[in-house]
Amino acid sequence: MSVVCMHRSAGRLEAALRAGHFVLTAETSPPDAGAAGPVLERAGCLKGIADAVNVTDGAGARAHMSALAAAAILSHHGIEPVLQFTVRDRNRMALQGDLLGAAALGVPNILCLHGDDAKKGDQPETKPVYDIDSRELMRTARRLRDEGLLPSGRPVEPRPGIFIGAADLPVEPKAGWKPDGLLAKIDSGADFVQTQYAFDLPLLRRYLAALADHGIPDRLFILVGVGPLASAKSARWMNEHLFGVHVPEPLIERLERAADPRAEGRRICVEMLQELAEIDGVAGAHLMAPKQEQACAEAIVESGLLGRRRAA
Amino acid sequence: MYAVRLWSVRHSRLMERSYQLLEASLIAIAPLLARIGYPRLEKPFAWTERHLKGLLFDCQMCGQCALSSTGMSCSMNCPKNLRNGPCGGVRANGNCEVKPEMKCVWVAAWEGARHMSGGTAILEVQKPVDHSLKGSSSWLRVVREKTAPPPAAPAKPKAVAS
Repeated sequence: MSVVCMHRSAGRLEAALRAGHFVLTAETSPPDAGAAGPVLERAGCLKGIADAVNVTDGAGARAHMSALAAAAILSHHGIEPVLQFTVRDRNRMALQGDLLGAAALGVPNILCLHGDDAKKGDQPETKPVYDIDSRELMRTARRLRDEGLLPSGRPVEPRPGIFIGAADLPVEPKAGWKPDGLLAKIDSGADFVQTQYAFDLPLLRRYLAALADHGIPDRLFILVGVGPLASAKSARWMNEHLFGVHVPEPLIERLERAADPRAEGRRICVEMLQELAEIDGVAGAHLMAPKQEQACAEAIVESGLLGRRRAA
Repeated sequence: MYAVRLWSVRHSRLMERSYQLLEASLIAIAPLLARIGYPRLEKPFAWTERHLKGLLFDCQMCGQCALSSTGMSCSMNCPKNLRNGPCGGVRANGNCEVKPEMKCVWVAAWEGARHMSGGTAILEVQKPVDHSLKGSSSWLRVVREKTAPPPAAPAKPKAVAS
């Protein structure tokens, strides 16, 4: 079987991963705007730089422009999106419709998520939907793609080409630990995972070694989450407020000592990218930094990892 | 229970009076309730409401009771949870589109409202449901709202647009 036959989507993200390149994805949040311009103003700097750009879906449980619309706008302007799909705001029927609609609008990648708790957002009175969970969403997407069937059994023609992603959180692999969550996600249809921020590289290495013991890197692509830290204060805030995130103290001290913390944060990010590219089992990196798409773009360029392979 | 629910709507005037009496009593003892502490009272009150209103109205514990505005017919029993009148699917016999054996809660609501002194409250538009209040005591919330001091006037009144 040729490599091309294995492709499930028409996207460059999947193509780059299957070709064995170290891929670089970034993230953008849809603006509070009723026009396409602001979407491109934010994410345009990533064009030709990131292999794909995640589009967050009501991040922080706040309403913004729909992720599907923003992803379609990016796609139409030559920026490949990874559409984040949360099960918080839509029931199964709406999700199924949007899976097909996203494919029709040129969105080749999705990332299936639970979604931030509505009570933590700016409209806590919202009804959280959770009709299905993120794994069921993956199963639904896989069945649409591989069997051309909706859950009701009705056929879909043509089938949507969807590259299916899931989220992951690197943890300390204690003795006897088994990556049950990740195995379940693979069974549900995950082709790739993007992890939460993994600033603690020694921990990440132990985690990846444990995953390798279970043969996981052969079964799905692992993209490790990193990002340019803005300051020591924001690193401390992340340690306290972002579940599972640990920015090691030496990195925080570097940010504290730096005359220009932003530049130092970007330097740390570049160093991490270069180290990640050398780790077996890491297929790529996912850069996150709310409303700092430019900093992510600069970190990718500075890392030199694109080499002659220019995304676009 | 469905039969009891229909009985409560048929006796909406009695229910309305009972509610007025209950509200006046709770407001009268509000200082005592405040001293005991509303958070401490939340659980026993919610438990009582769940069972008493559950029996009388098939209460769903939305935590923002609108019974006095809906003819004592709980609109959360509508399969579509409609809080502002019926959908277009009411059957010719006045029953529900989704549950054909059940009387439309809004048909019942209009009948109930006709017998109530404050029945015209059914015309008030209800705000969207606040899902963060689900399971909480509606009575305590009403007492707190009605006995709370009026909000302080804004320091700088904004200029009135002409």
